[in-house]
Amino acid sequence: MSFLPYALAGWIFVVGLYGVVSSRNLIHLALCLTVMQSGTYVLLLAIGYRNGTTAPIFRPSRHPAVDPVVQALTLTDIVVSVTVIALILALALGAHKESGSVNPEEIADFTG
Amino acid sequence: MTPRARMVGFLFAGAGFAALMFWGLVGLPDFGHYHWPYGNALNAIATPERHTTNVVGATVFDYRGLDTLGEEFILFASVVGVALLLRKDDQARVPPDVVRSDPIRALGVLGVLLLFVLGLWVVAFGIVTPGGGFQGGVALAGAFLLVYVVGGYRQYHELLPHSPLEMTEAAGAGAFAVLGFVGLAYAGAYLGNFLGIGNAGSLYSGGSIPLLNWATGIEVCAALLVLFSEFLKVYMVPAAEWTPEKGPR
Repeated sequence: MSFLPYALAGWIFVVGLYGVVSSRNLIHLALCLTVMQSGTYVLLLAIGYRNGTTAPIFRPSRHPAVDPVVQALTLTDIVVSVTVIALILALALGAHKESGSVNPEEIADFTG
Repeated sequence: MTPRARMVGFLFAGAGFAALMFWGLVGLPDFGHYHWPYGNALNAIATPERHTTNVVGATVFDYRGLDTLGEEFILFASVVGVALLLRKDDQARVPPDVVRSDPIRALGVLGVLLLFVLGLWVVAFGIVTPGGGFQGGVALAGAFLLVYVVGGYRQYHELLPHSPLEMTEAAGAGAFAVLGFVGLAYAGAYLGNFLGIGNAGSLYSGGSIPLLNWATGIEVCAALLVLFSEFLKVYMVPAAEWTPEKGPR
């Protein structure tokens, strides 16, 4: 059972990837990308977890704690995810303005 | 490529990818048996060395401060990108909506105040408890966005004119880089901690970490507000064209 959190991370990533590949709407595609990225949060936090410990917040006496580095990385990950999604949505708006559609199949430049 | 062909391609490539990834993941140490030295070292030294009780905050803004500087500029670059992409879009479309329900407005004003104080608190105490510039900055931006939700685009726009907002964002990102140079001058390393570490568990602790927290909080708040403003603007009538038919003048 100790493998399950990693498998969950992989599952979320692959499900998001399926969404990206099968997407018929650029907004939906952007959301699928956030689902993929959520898999990386689960993976990072799972790697840093240690049984029977709590968050790395000390007051100020020490106690066993999970890895603070992967938590910091997850924070970075979330911030980057949000900003990149904003950029993709802006591009989707631009594509809609140019072609009148958010369906990648119908946007001529997207075929390939 | 037809959707069907793409799906078949994905099934093969996805199956191979999934197999490789699961193979790699199986090689990781068992869940719950973390034993890498870096995290353990940070947990051991961060509180005695920096007097921050939140080790994640100390990692983000001190021990891995350079990574966070890069992240700040990813944020900055994305927001500039969004602003550039949407700037050309000056079409007038949907007239602004105005909230006319008094209970909602009263509740909203209360919410704005609560969120604003919460945001300031999360940024200020990022060295002591879970929180910091990123999380608090988002809460602060939420407070301002609530002004739009309970007031309307006009109130929001008057409260947050565009160009000062962009300057604030740039100032927040710049302050982080400048604090790095102050560290270089006074602590001998870029982003070095150059202030007294104070008392653990109090607002005066962590040396220059609180300053970096505030720079980040300001940048994140302003960056999100620039994003909101740009996306809102696409759907709003430009202020110059507000008339009784088109907008709430």
